[in-house]
Amino acid sequence: MSASEGREIQASFRGIVGRFELDVGFVAPPRGVTALFGPSGCGKTTVLRCLAGLHRIQQGHCVVGGEVWQDATSFMPAHKRPIGYVFQEASLFPHLSVRKNLLYGAPAGRLPAEAGAIAFDEMVPLLGLEGLLDRSPEKLSGGERQRVAIGRALLSQPRVLLMDEPLSALDRKTKDDILPFLERLHGLLSLPVVYISHDLGEVERLADTLVLMENGRVLAAGRFVDLQQDLSLPLIAERDASVRLEAVVQGHDPAYGLLRLTVAGAQILVHGAPAPAGSRQFVRVQANDVSLSRERPQATSILNVLDARIVGSSTLGHDVNVVLGLGAQGEGARIVSRVTRKSWDDLGLHDGCAVFAQVKSVSMTGFRSPVS
Amino acid sequence: MLTSDTWTAVRLTAELAALTTVILLIVGTPLAWWLARTNVWWKEGVATVVALPIVLPPTVLGFYLLVALGPQGPGGHFASLWGARTMAFTFEGLVIGSVIHSMPFVVQPIRNAFQAMGERPLEVAATLRASPARAFWTVAIPLARPGFLTGAVLGFAHTVGEFGVVLMIGGNIPGETKVLSVAIFDHVETGQWREASILAAGMVTFAFAVILAMTLIEKRFARAGA
Repeated sequence: MSASEGREIQASFRGIVGRFELDVGFVAPPRGVTALFGPSGCGKTTVLRCLAGLHRIQQGHCVVGGEVWQDATSFMPAHKRPIGYVFQEASLFPHLSVRKNLLYGAPAGRLPAEAGAIAFDEMVPLLGLEGLLDRSPEKLSGGERQRVAIGRALLSQPRVLLMDEPLSALDRKTKDDILPFLERLHGLLSLPVVYISHDLGEVERLADTLVLMENGRVLAAGRFVDLQQDLSLPLIAERDASVRLEAVVQGHDPAYGLLRLTVAGAQILVHGAPAPAGSRQFVRVQANDVSLSRERPQATSILNVLDARIVGSSTLGHDVNVVLGLGAQGEGARIVSRVTRKSWDDLGLHDGCAVFAQVKSVSMTGFRSPVS
Repeated sequence: MLTSDTWTAVRLTAELAALTTVILLIVGTPLAWWLARTNVWWKEGVATVVALPIVLPPTVLGFYLLVALGPQGPGGHFASLWGARTMAFTFEGLVIGSVIHSMPFVVQPIRNAFQAMGERPLEVAATLRASPARAFWTVAIPLARPGFLTGAVLGFAHTVGEFGVVLMIGGNIPGETKVLSVAIFDHVETGQWREASILAAGMVTFAFAVILAMTLIEKRFARAGA
């Protein structure tokens, strides 16, 4: 599964679907996960079906890695597109064993020796399917079924992986079991993944690029971390709004069980197991966990008190969302703090103001080799 | 116990039913597939024509078949290709009549099975690079297996039991068109009650076995979740 040539996806779909008007356009980078995120019924699934060729929309334009899949005059049928598609429900073939399901789309004969081929013998242990191969799909749990569906899609040697809320039919615990698989895949695969979700938690763990959708339209598209702190977008107004930061491990303090990390513009301490120095880690900081002070707090129990500067703010009801740049000049990574409007006024906070951000908790969202 | 004439009727009936069932599976499958999947507005019209024999008196169907297969009808023209005058009162004519008469009993269960599986399995197959033909043979047909079994059993049994159509287009030629149901009628007409009652009891046993087998098959599939 070494790197192969990635494929950029350029897509635009316009037309009436049922009584619903769809008008979307976006570009997904050739590597990493592009999440289509938005409320149920905003047209995400239709977009994915158009990409797969399962739905032919009136005006569609779709070019993947320079190859035209749909334009004004041509339409490549689904079975000719080199895609893998994971449906919301696993949709395994009930008349075939797990092994035959996995191999249904695999190229006949020997696996191509070309770089990037996904081998059966690698995929089975990766997805934890060793003991299940000769079972019938009916005998599997929901989580197992979805893992088989993911393996089946990957073994068809796709150049683009499309996933339609693959975890939404699963309960919380099963979801938490599968997410690490997806994160591991993310590090191993060199193909672009388009991932649909309406669960911000999932998107946070997986997405590199975000396409924010609403009512059949694209609200915004770009790097996930940029959109997370965009004051004009709804993400920051979510109840549990947060930012994801890319951190580098500096060291570990075994006496306190703390990991020392650096992010752009700051050093932070996080509870965590030892990790090799220099390795990369994503951490998540929730807006509600960041409070502001104009003077350096003395004798506080909060471990992470960071120099920061206010780079933007917007009022949200009785609260203010404050975007902070870490570092004395605000030149570092951005985080978001949510304070009450009263505090904002009492402290005389304003854009450009230097502050101390007290970060009550930082959580790690899993190791991953970052893309781009 | 039974005369050789009666045994001939039994064999002929089995042959007719088997041949009819095979033809119906071959003709009925694409028809059922089309009915299950097309969106053209006139498809229910076609479905109704296919279903007509369920409601029509067999004698009505038989009458039209007689006209169609007779010397003046298309069947007669067709028969002239090999120098015959008519297709009525022949085994071939009987097969054609049975195919039309039993068609709804085969097409309907298969159509239902295709419809019940929905679009999803075929979409999955397509996203796994299966051509429409491969998806049909490796996914649609196996998933519709209960429908095929029900259709085949019903088609066979219904052909064995048909009487009115045979009476109209078959005549009563031993070894050619004299099937069981007609033979029973014949025995009664000629006062051979013993022969008639043996055959009738045989038919009851057969019907019982068919329905029991079908119920058991359906139960097994329901358990397997197929």
